[in-house]
Amino acid sequence: MAAVILDKGLQRSTEGHALWVRFSHWILAASVLTLAVSGFIILMSHPRLYWGAVGNDLTPALFELPISRNYHHGGWTEPLTFFPGAGTGATAIVSQARTYDIFNQNGWARSLHFLAAWFLIVAALIYLAAGLIGGHLRRHVIPRAGELSPRSLWQDILAHVHLPMPRAAGGPPYGPLQKLAYFGVVVLTLPLILVTGLAMAPAVTAAYPVLLDLFGGSQSARTIHFFAFVALMLFLAVHVAMVVLTGFRRQMRAMTLGD
Amino acid sequence: MKTNMLVMSRRKLVTGLASAGGLLLAGCSSRELPPTYGNVLRMGDLLTYRAFRMLLPAQSLAREYAHRDISSSPAVGNTNPADSQQPGFNADRGPLYDRLRSDYFADWRLRVEGRVVRPTSFSLADLKRMPARTQITKHTCEEGWSAIAEWTGVPLRTVLEAAGIQPSARFVNYYAYDDDAEGIDMLDALHPQTILAYGMNGRDLPLAHGAPLRMRVETQLGYKSVKFLERIVVTNEFDDLGKIGSLQNGWAWYVGI
Repeated sequence: MAAVILDKGLQRSTEGHALWVRFSHWILAASVLTLAVSGFIILMSHPRLYWGAVGNDLTPALFELPISRNYHHGGWTEPLTFFPGAGTGATAIVSQARTYDIFNQNGWARSLHFLAAWFLIVAALIYLAAGLIGGHLRRHVIPRAGELSPRSLWQDILAHVHLPMPRAAGGPPYGPLQKLAYFGVVVLTLPLILVTGLAMAPAVTAAYPVLLDLFGGSQSARTIHFFAFVALMLFLAVHVAMVVLTGFRRQMRAMTLGD
Repeated sequence: MKTNMLVMSRRKLVTGLASAGGLLLAGCSSRELPPTYGNVLRMGDLLTYRAFRMLLPAQSLAREYAHRDISSSPAVGNTNPADSQQPGFNADRGPLYDRLRSDYFADWRLRVEGRVVRPTSFSLADLKRMPARTQITKHTCEEGWSAIAEWTGVPLRTVLEAAGIQPSARFVNYYAYDDDAEGIDMLDALHPQTILAYGMNGRDLPLAHGAPLRMRVETQLGYKSVKFLERIVVTNEFDDLGKIGSLQNGWAWYVGI
């Protein structure tokens, strides 16, 4: 049954990937990988995540990641107290000076991150504009109501758990899970990760403070930015696995040469 | 806190791409923009700077918070210019800072020079006599953390106008008692929230936070808010500030992002 569904897709596929899809796909792929690596290096210099407007080593973290020598580092001077914090039982507002030589490669990592972000923005705009105008998004990416029925989704899940996977043609039409994955990345996660990134930029939030309210503060935005990165990396893992399992050579050929 | 990473050897690595950077300069004198040194990362920085200046409404105010929102504030980077063990210690100005501090900065002066009508030096008392501004704002560190504090000081604009800004002025550069210096364009320099702060959270600016005077640039990252100010130099051309500036140490000059 599962194979039948995919085979049906294989038979119907005559389009392959349009040139603009291939072009934007590889620019997006390179930008996302560069952003992921540089973003991880940026995160390593402060591997603590928070919720709300502010967060630092002297305030409680939501969670911490053991990804650099900065994790739980203990080099701080005696606190200087400004005044008691607001509210009942609040701790004092203090300052402490750092005495620990932290890992920090943000000089190049930040600049590389934003350089890659410009490429991502341009490629995403090309993809979304061409996808909206030509109907690619409506016809091939946005799931139709019927495809989201439990029965349809369940059948597609079953089709994905049988090994070996049937060989698939490169390009649309896509199955319900595939559509959900691409829709989730292109229409939801990439815009979300861009906007949460901008919500951390002081000049941008001064011009558009609504970004702070939208996410509950720039530290919340930073945490959402991190989870969006995790979601993209999970997508990437599954995406590459599916490419390999359904015919690596044919899929790569379809996304580069277009046939 | 930004650490120094000399990347001047990389300068010529991507000179071939310098011509691409030239495209970004169209319609603007290159002496009025941060240089790229042919480095692709600096070209990206320049693109961000130009795009932000073109796309974002000018002089929007950064959010100001309530007193109850004030948080604890880590002090990073140099926390005492007189301490020879700290990063950026300067053998000439360090001991001088020590003497000034031992006298509660009574003899401390902020020099304002360059493209100003009347080069002037201001004592701390002079600055405190000028109209003050108090703002509760968020300090965003490039490392990823942030802190909200109340800052009291005199708007940089007020001090510059007291010295008289020449029409040709384009940048304001400021130097510290340690080996730190930064610069901003006139748009940020004249921003109402760009202040020379002598007070933090209701007390005199603590040593570790830049006593007696620090810059606060609320529309950019924390490292533009240089501590332990020594002098201000107004220029009509871009100055990368040499070995103590951000650029030659591999850091972006404009960090509104």
